[in-house]
Amino acid sequence: MAAAAPAIEIVPDPRDTTAAKILRAVAKTPLNIFLIVIGALWLVPTIGLFITSILPASALAGKGWWQVFSKPSLATWSNYDALFHNHGLITALKTTAYIAVGNTLLVVVLGAMAGYAFAWLEFPGRDWAFIGVIALLVVPLQMALIPMFRVYDKLHLYDTWYGIALFHVAFGLPFAIFLLRNFFVGLPKDILESARIDGASEIKIFLRLILPLGLPAIASLAIFQFLWTWNDLLVALTFGQNTTPITVWIAGQLREFGTSIDIIAPASFISLVVPLAVFFAFQRYFVQGLLAGSVK
Amino acid sequence: MLGVWMVYPAVYTIIRSFFGQTGFIGTWVGIDNYKTLFTTHTLLTAIKNNAIWVAVVPAFVTALGLIFAVLTERVRWAVVFKTFVFLPMAISAFATGVTWRIMYQQDPSVGAINALSKTVAGVFSPAGVLSSASPSTPSLQATSSGAMVLKTATHPGGIVLLGLTGIAPDQVPKSATQAVAPAAKPGDVVGTVWRDFKPGGGKAGVVEKQELGLPGVTVQLKDASGKTVQSTKSKPDGTFDFAKIPQGTYNAAIGAQTFAKPFGGFSWLGSKLITPSLLIAYIWIWAGFSMVVIGAGLAAMPRDVLEAARTDGATELQVFRRVTVPLLAPVLSVVFVTMIINVLKVFDIVFALAPESTQANANVIALAMYRTAFQGGQNFGVGSAIAVFLFLLVIPVLALNIRRFKRDV
Repeated sequence: MAAAAPAIEIVPDPRDTTAAKILRAVAKTPLNIFLIVIGALWLVPTIGLFITSILPASALAGKGWWQVFSKPSLATWSNYDALFHNHGLITALKTTAYIAVGNTLLVVVLGAMAGYAFAWLEFPGRDWAFIGVIALLVVPLQMALIPMFRVYDKLHLYDTWYGIALFHVAFGLPFAIFLLRNFFVGLPKDILESARIDGASEIKIFLRLILPLGLPAIASLAIFQFLWTWNDLLVALTFGQNTTPITVWIAGQLREFGTSIDIIAPASFISLVVPLAVFFAFQRYFVQGLLAGSVK
Repeated sequence: MLGVWMVYPAVYTIIRSFFGQTGFIGTWVGIDNYKTLFTTHTLLTAIKNNAIWVAVVPAFVTALGLIFAVLTERVRWAVVFKTFVFLPMAISAFATGVTWRIMYQQDPSVGAINALSKTVAGVFSPAGVLSSASPSTPSLQATSSGAMVLKTATHPGGIVLLGLTGIAPDQVPKSATQAVAPAAKPGDVVGTVWRDFKPGGGKAGVVEKQELGLPGVTVQLKDASGKTVQSTKSKPDGTFDFAKIPQGTYNAAIGAQTFAKPFGGFSWLGSKLITPSLLIAYIWIWAGFSMVVIGAGLAAMPRDVLEAARTDGATELQVFRRVTVPLLAPVLSVVFVTMIINVLKVFDIVFALAPESTQANANVIALAMYRTAFQGGQNFGVGSAIAVFLFLLVIPVLALNIRRFKRDV
């Protein structure tokens, strides 16, 4: 994993006069303009989605979303109003929340315990078991879709939110164990040893020492797992029929893309508000999780 | 738990891939499912498309990320820029699909990208002055290239009359004046191109009072083989003159550019452009990831090496090529390899962005697996074979990444 930026000492430059500053700024103008254009380019599609979502369907027939710039009065919250009275969407949002929160909690708890066991407990076959976990990292989830389709039918897990969540738990765990074990192994050994000598139980060590110390890694994992499952389409599409998270619910409307745009656009925007909020609130952990997630 | 959800299914899928279409296990078919995989047109399209993805996306994403990371180091508002570019990473691939579908709408007045393309296209190949015009007499005929040819042959000293109708009053160029019937000139072919219509109708094929000449129209004189021997533009009264024409038989024609239709928009979501469209949207998502990872690598790079190179008189470009890139090589390869894995498993964005009508053209392996097993055919045998194929493709790349990750930790 890449290390954090070292603190760079800022030495005041003797040439740092106002004139020099202006000269440098002028020299950088093309670069600034270039980056502004690129930044705008990256932002426009999302803005387009948002503006589309606040325009009535009648305004969108044969006209683009940018008409709002010449006619701002067209903007309305009525699409969102209608959506929040849409039973299907509310249910889908709830389902998404259950799946994302439920599976993330389980993955974090089970992953942390297993990670601790693999890192600090001695038991027979430990290393072989860990190699087994690593081997499971390479299994793409497509490998499990067909067989689990049958198993879910038999176990009555098909078309339930916990069935979908459990699937995410299974495919999230190898990575969680792998990540947390590697993080825990790096914790200072003497703290643990002295706690053991003081007679602390393993459970106490886990709760009082490992969890607080491992918080950065656990937070990254939780955020990553949460976003990954919030945004999931394939698993829910396969194992849900009436139990649908928001992605699948919107996918069901795509067939009528042109005519249902006043539902699709705001619903899509709602679906991305939560990840965006998580992203802005936990940007640092998010990036860390992403760096670590490269193996997935 | 891992046993139930992962080990059992993986083993089952491998075994299942050798059996027939339906049922828990089906009938033994040997490697037939794999034969199907490599002979069925739609599945081959998926493999071919995925190969394009692998060839294009990792390279572009890594290069863009590197460029952005290096350039943002030089501006004060780097954090703002990085947030903008990184934003799509937080959005689901599915919502991205919806977003870009709005951008890609074909009608230039609805789809932003085509609106932009239209502006650009308007500069390079403007719509013709008379895009809706049609001939006023049957002897003037439209050809497949969009030009109109007068079928009645002419000779030096002859007169050609090119009457057009179907031109709205506001479409007639402002400089147009009363059309004038040309007077024959020995050795030249002369003629008039005009709006062969006046209030009340008028007589077809005859230049009359109140009928306007059409200025600025490209008229061509073609020889018997169809080759253009001379080309000129009409005057405000619609007259034109091909000077000093050698003896022979000729046909007069109006150039295709006169009738060029206004730009109708590229069919981004159509069967031909759908994969490039998807690639653009996908690169848009992942450039931020690459930029952040490479940026982290850049921040960890020893500054003194760069400074030393600059002190030695190396230009910024040399520093970039000879010092920055080699030092970043490990990070670049992490991004590259990660992108290969992501691209091999790509699913959501294709599902969301490609309309159902072109999903077969946009097909990729993961989507083919889903469509084969869970839509339409419900063929679990071939579906399993596709999953195993994907598994085999991913293993070597992923193993590489895990090994590197272990070393780093």
